[in-house]
Amino acid sequence: MAIKVYGLPQSNNALRAMAALNEKELEYELCPVDLQSGAHKKPEFLALNPFGQIPVVQDGDDIIFESRAISRYIATKYKESGADLLPVNSAKFETWLQVESSQFYPAISELNFELLFKPMFGMTTDMSNVEKQAEKLSAVLDVYEAHLAKNKYVAGEVFTLADLNHMPEIFLLLKSPKAELITSKPHVKAWWEDISARPAWKKTAASIPL
Amino acid sequence: MGGVIVYGSPISTCTARVLLCLEEVGAEYQLVPINMPIGEHKSPPHLARNPFGQIPALEDGDLVLFESRAISKYVLRKYKESGTDLLKEGNLAESAMVEVWLEAESQQYNPAISPIVYQSLVVPKMRGGAPDQAIIDSSLEKFKKVLEVYEARLSKSKYLAGDFFSLADLSHFPYTRYLMVTPYASVFESYPHVKAWWEDITSRPAFKKVSAGMLGS
Repeated sequence: MAIKVYGLPQSNNALRAMAALNEKELEYELCPVDLQSGAHKKPEFLALNPFGQIPVVQDGDDIIFESRAISRYIATKYKESGADLLPVNSAKFETWLQVESSQFYPAISELNFELLFKPMFGMTTDMSNVEKQAEKLSAVLDVYEAHLAKNKYVAGEVFTLADLNHMPEIFLLLKSPKAELITSKPHVKAWWEDISARPAWKKTAASIPL
Repeated sequence: MGGVIVYGSPISTCTARVLLCLEEVGAEYQLVPINMPIGEHKSPPHLARNPFGQIPALEDGDLVLFESRAISKYVLRKYKESGTDLLKEGNLAESAMVEVWLEAESQQYNPAISPIVYQSLVVPKMRGGAPDQAIIDSSLEKFKKVLEVYEARLSKSKYLAGDFFSLADLSHFPYTRYLMVTPYASVFESYPHVKAWWEDITSRPAFKKVSAGMLGS
């Protein structure tokens, strides 16, 4: 039975799971979840993820939700397949995995939601929230700029899951009016150009209908 | 003097998360206080440890880490010979469940509970301000929905990741501990399995010790 990803091709968090699967050169089946009709809150879906959110990955008997748990599960289970996303031993790796989750993601995901997704659903962008989140993200990216001046990738010299977890949100932000938050910082920009040139990412990006 | 150095404060939620791990594995450590009220967390020496200017940070020889959930994993792996296995990295299915519920803590539980704790404890006691009841009320509604999921989960397994205590359970301690000293502690009465789980994990010696260093003990 193929690996199943329950999600949508434009979902930031589902893309995190799919990007990992592509790096591991694994085949999977994307099972779309119709959020607009509330499919994610129905009993059949809640049986997969009781928090009623996408993505969920089903691999044999394992049902995993929370996209960062999914990408780590894939990187671990399929360590020998495709690119190795886990470093040998790394405190820096765990630290920057958390940095993505607790420092980077809150501001950038909210920016993308305001600038890209709200208009798609006929909602009004809150410009004062945009400015507030942009300021937060800019301060966070100042730390990244200094870090990436000394490290080729966030966990050191090698591309890992810690870089991968950032990619969907950066891809989305670059399609928004706030792209310069990334492109104005030379080392952040160079890091993005390097990691987004990876064949597995190009495959993921090509599947995003935006 | 051996062991690791933790820079932080015993009353800080994120520092407590790390201290719990150190206590669970019986590690030798030193807690160096960082004086938040005077802005020591934003001083150059601390920014050199944690460029985001937050506590805790951990120093182990030349290695410096920050982000309490990352430090927790580091500590648990370093001291896994102690016999306390809270990560289950030798078993893919079990470690995957630990990761799922660690993420649930970080992405579902924490965003709902922390505004309640912040408004009802931090704002009045540390910022001298008045709690924003609208934020508390809307966070409580979110939190109850999260607790429904936890209640269902804990009706089926003794701990979050399975029938074994893990970092996933431990990670929930600090903010829950603070909720328990607010009037909103009563929310747990409606979720008997969550309440029983809380009573179980807080009976662990490590929890009692770290709790004693926190506010309202």
